[in-house]
Amino acid sequence: MEVGKAVKRVIDRVSAAEWQPPKGRLPVGKTYKMFVGGAFIRSESGRTFQVSAIADVSLADPATVNVPLGSRKDVRDAVLIAKNAQPAWWGRSAYNRGQILYRLAEVMEARREELTQSLVRGGADKTAQSEVDSAIERTVYYAGFCDKVAALLTTQSPTGGPHFTFSVAEPMGVVGIVAPPQPALLGLVSSVLPVIAGGNTCVAIASESDPRTSVLFCECLATSDLPAGVVNVLTGQAADLGVQLAKHRDVAGIDLWSDSNELRMQVERDGAESVKRVTTHDTMPTERWIDSAVGQGLGWVERFVETKTVWHPVGL
Amino acid sequence: MNLSVRVDQVSLEERASALATRSLKKASKVFGLRLAVSMMDLTTLEGKDTDGKVEALCYKAMLPSPRDRTVGHCAAVCVYPNLVSVAKRTLRDSGVLAASVATAFPSGQSPLDVKLHDVRRAVEFGADEIDMVIDRGAMLSGDYAKVFDEIAAVKQACGAAHLKVILETGELGSYDVVRRASDIAMSAGGDFIKTSTGKVQPAATPAVTLLMLHAIADHYRKTGKRVGMKPAGGVRTAKQALQYLVLVKETLGDAWLSPNLFRFGASALLNDVLMQLEKERTGLYPSIDDFSKD
Repeated sequence: MEVGKAVKRVIDRVSAAEWQPPKGRLPVGKTYKMFVGGAFIRSESGRTFQVSAIADVSLADPATVNVPLGSRKDVRDAVLIAKNAQPAWWGRSAYNRGQILYRLAEVMEARREELTQSLVRGGADKTAQSEVDSAIERTVYYAGFCDKVAALLTTQSPTGGPHFTFSVAEPMGVVGIVAPPQPALLGLVSSVLPVIAGGNTCVAIASESDPRTSVLFCECLATSDLPAGVVNVLTGQAADLGVQLAKHRDVAGIDLWSDSNELRMQVERDGAESVKRVTTHDTMPTERWIDSAVGQGLGWVERFVETKTVWHPVGL
Repeated sequence: MNLSVRVDQVSLEERASALATRSLKKASKVFGLRLAVSMMDLTTLEGKDTDGKVEALCYKAMLPSPRDRTVGHCAAVCVYPNLVSVAKRTLRDSGVLAASVATAFPSGQSPLDVKLHDVRRAVEFGADEIDMVIDRGAMLSGDYAKVFDEIAAVKQACGAAHLKVILETGELGSYDVVRRASDIAMSAGGDFIKTSTGKVQPAATPAVTLLMLHAIADHYRKTGKRVGMKPAGGVRTAKQALQYLVLVKETLGDAWLSPNLFRFGASALLNDVLMQLEKERTGLYPSIDDFSKD
């Protein structure tokens, strides 16, 4: 990747502390790993792929790093972990789920500079700051939503007979998410949070172009009181892993952000095999994601809940 | 019978774990998994067992994979004596055998005449196979004659029914004692030796199974008699099942890769094996929710 002048300037600005490489010792670089079951793991296949970005001013993080190339078995393991984590996540009080998401926002706020710098290095120099701010705001937004979803999505329908009819929203189970390549952070945050706010757990495939920032977001998740296995993030080829998610019968829904018609068709076809709920979308420019009228809302939660309708006889 | 055979713990465990690293893929994996299904003793040994539950288990044993009828039936259904007649009338001539635990299972802490009566009644009810427990107290206090005589008496009470002798290796304390108990059980007439009741942890492990397989090999060399092996309890995944089959093939050869000479005692294992078979057949990862629980 070419390092433009403007980008350099932004990097200098965001690394306000003018961090110097340590004297007398080697800098310690970060190993980028996937986030599964609350732990940072390598791919079971042992394979990696290379991701380029602008090198860190500290030189501790070089321009090109190896990121795990998630495999079919990684998908299977992550789905199983998400499936096992789901009942306990849904079993928590909605209020507690909200507290946990708010805590996530706190952690992201504390790492705001780091997240921004990572996005800049990934090439999103102009929108990086507003993307991070928007991601934090969105986290607070869904934190507040957790204990309101039930009230907003539950209805009582009129019936002709002596019955009450309630329809209540329940989580679907495990949702597979293929995050858009850009924006690397906000796309992931905006697609993951409404899914877990609805009581689901998820396996998300990180942006293929900037998985570094996704891993950084996972470090926020890991320190946010979020129970292990609720959000699992794999890195690798979206086309490959998305299809594996679609083929797995334990995945109840798929949220796919991709411009590839071929991939969308295949995921829909494979998903139909096990009657998954598949939603596919074209990618959007970052400005649209930032726009709260487009990038968030009750509708985002509603996409991955199942409506359960109960008939109850009217008492005297 | 030489009761002073010593077991090298370090190399036993090393060899068991080395053989567990072998990876079976594609056609050989499918072969192994189908074989594992045919070797399975579907087991339910709970105080809350009912006729209905045993019937459901029998149907599952007769047709484990309704979606793929080329997968054959299991070896046996293993229940308490009171439920043998239910199993027997459900299984009929399907080829699936009715096995019963007996001899005051699982502790074995009853007088011998009660144990023998337990066995005779189970056989009367129609049991094709009897899973007995040895007297671990006698075994640990060195009263080997008592252990031997009990097994011999039970073997006699079995009549035509096959006898599997449960050593309960988790209670025997050391590999040396397990080896000694294996030799006693085989000499006293056991048709199978079996690791555990499933009620005590640790149950079957690859190392203890390998040790018992060695005992079987030695017994075969000395007497020419083929004794079967049944690990029970703790085998939960298809991968583990394949690892056990590798142990058998490497230690005893192809002759033992048959339901006549090797069994798995399990309840949760079958569904995982079926899931893997379904995965190989369709290319899709199935959900555990797609398979009946009991």
